Amino acid sequence: MRMKLFVVALLAFCVTLPLLFPWLKTPVLLALANGLSVLGVIVLIRAGQVSFGNAMFACLAGYATTAIARAWHLDALLLIALGTLCAAIAGGLVGLFMVRYRGIFFGMLNLAFSMVLFSVLGKFGGVTGGTDGLRFDRPTLGFVQLERDGFETALLGVALLCALLAGLLVQRYFRSVPGQALAAIKTNETRLEYLGISAKRVFWGGYVLAAALCGLGGTLFALTQGLVTPEMGYWVRSGEIVFIAILGGSGHAVGAFIGAFVFEFAKLYIAAWLTGSWQLVLGLILLFMVFAAPTGIFGLIERWLRPTGAGEKG
Amino acid sequence: MTGALLSTKGLSLSFGGVVAADSIDFELHRGERLAVVGQNGAGKTTFINIVTGYLKPTAGQVHFAGEEITNRSPREITLRGVGRSFQLPQVFGEHTVRECLLIAASVKSRKSGGFLRPLAHAVDADAVDATLELLQLASRAHDLAGALPEGQRKLLDVAMALMGKPQLLIMDEPTSGVSTDEKHGLMNVLMRALDERKVTSIFVEHDIDIVRAHATRLAAWIAGKIAADGPPEQVLADPAVIRSVVGE
Repeated sequence: MRMKLFVVALLAFCVTLPLLFPWLKTPVLLALANGLSVLGVIVLIRAGQVSFGNAMFACLAGYATTAIARAWHLDALLLIALGTLCAAIAGGLVGLFMVRYRGIFFGMLNLAFSMVLFSVLGKFGGVTGGTDGLRFDRPTLGFVQLERDGFETALLGVALLCALLAGLLVQRYFRSVPGQALAAIKTNETRLEYLGISAKRVFWGGYVLAAALCGLGGTLFALTQGLVTPEMGYWVRSGEIVFIAILGGSGHAVGAFIGAFVFEFAKLYIAAWLTGSWQLVLGLILLFMVFAAPTGIFGLIERWLRPTGAGEKG
Repeated sequence: MTGALLSTKGLSLSFGGVVAADSIDFELHRGERLAVVGQNGAGKTTFINIVTGYLKPTAGQVHFAGEEITNRSPREITLRGVGRSFQLPQVFGEHTVRECLLIAASVKSRKSGGFLRPLAHAVDADAVDATLELLQLASRAHDLAGALPEGQRKLLDVAMALMGKPQLLIMDEPTSGVSTDEKHGLMNVLMRALDERKVTSIFVEHDIDIVRAHATRLAAWIAGKIAADGPPEQVLADPAVIRSVVGE
């Protein structure tokens, strides 16, 4: 019950903040888009695996969105669906190979794949726009052509809905048979196989879900900016996503969004004071979190949400 | 092959110069409780690992319930009805005891194990609770599997294997790591469970008292071969077995 109230409060916060301070609309949107990618990485962390390359799916979805928008001028809602679908399909293909690896090999192979994509996007300038990236015109949203301000507001609503649904979906998945088996990959893969469950198949499902969530985040990011660059898939971005997962707490879907908000706003305000060395402050924050609160910010919040009932939906 | 639940023919495997399985011919019939004894390195666990698909033999075949299972993966062999428990219990340490069994039960569940259906609703909860009772784990149902004492972890390991409704259960040293005074109690619980579920069993055991009390048949492994095989009293009287295994 407290958990539901907490989520409602969080949603209300995301709605009122940009209404009171319109200039915060973009940071909130970016935080939501980032949070969705983090949610994807949290799915992988459930299996005890960390990927240092998952920004590639966000990047891929962003480019897919852009390419489709430039070619056919589809509606933003369709672009979101298609961009996410592209990331899921890419995740399904890359996943066939990735699910054979664990631990550092899994993390580094993802990084390697993401850097291949990064280089290809940067080098094939004729098609991809090179390191400058590609722009696209603001699409219709719900088949209505909006001005920049109205578009951002509407997109914010869509992003909030996506975040809520994705959070609910992931929490539901964690409780399902494949979700529980995914968590068992972390503790004992031998036993899974000796029960007759294919750990690879279970992990593949998680990998595709993670790719789709990162893709959804990437599509929203692209729509917010109207621009994609290869930077979206750079390994530092993938590292950020993992950083945010640890910061926010990987035990629950809500942790992804709390982490993404703290990260986005910390970046915004610290960069204003300490231009060029805001990463230093984030590094110190991460050090502090690892020692003082290894379950992340949500882990701390959960402690006082718990007494009256176990965590429900997210 | 007729009648035998499990049989091997000419099963061989060597690791470099060490012959871990030396052309083993073996048959096991339904309803038997076979104890396996032998020194460390005699090839007991290797035999189990080949039969359950973890190791590939260099020669020979394994048949189970009339079908050849040589070179199949552990997963396929498990699905055909061979359960296994381990010397070091293999449980899901971060799940509760009950959740471990729910995950195990999902394999044989006829309800859909879909993406959105909670685990607890995707399996037959009564079957899970019955198994918890049977293996005397009901009082620990909501404790984390990783927090159980060794004896109960062993029981949980077997309980998880039983959820797959095996015809044969192979237990690698079910009483190792358990204090001497608890061993008989543990074996009583295990054997009662196997009887009730009508599961044929093979268990590796070092304690001769346990073998005498619980086995219907005994096989002694020496240097990758079955040196003696038959009723426990007869095998325990074999001079070679006395020399290398019993050590009296």
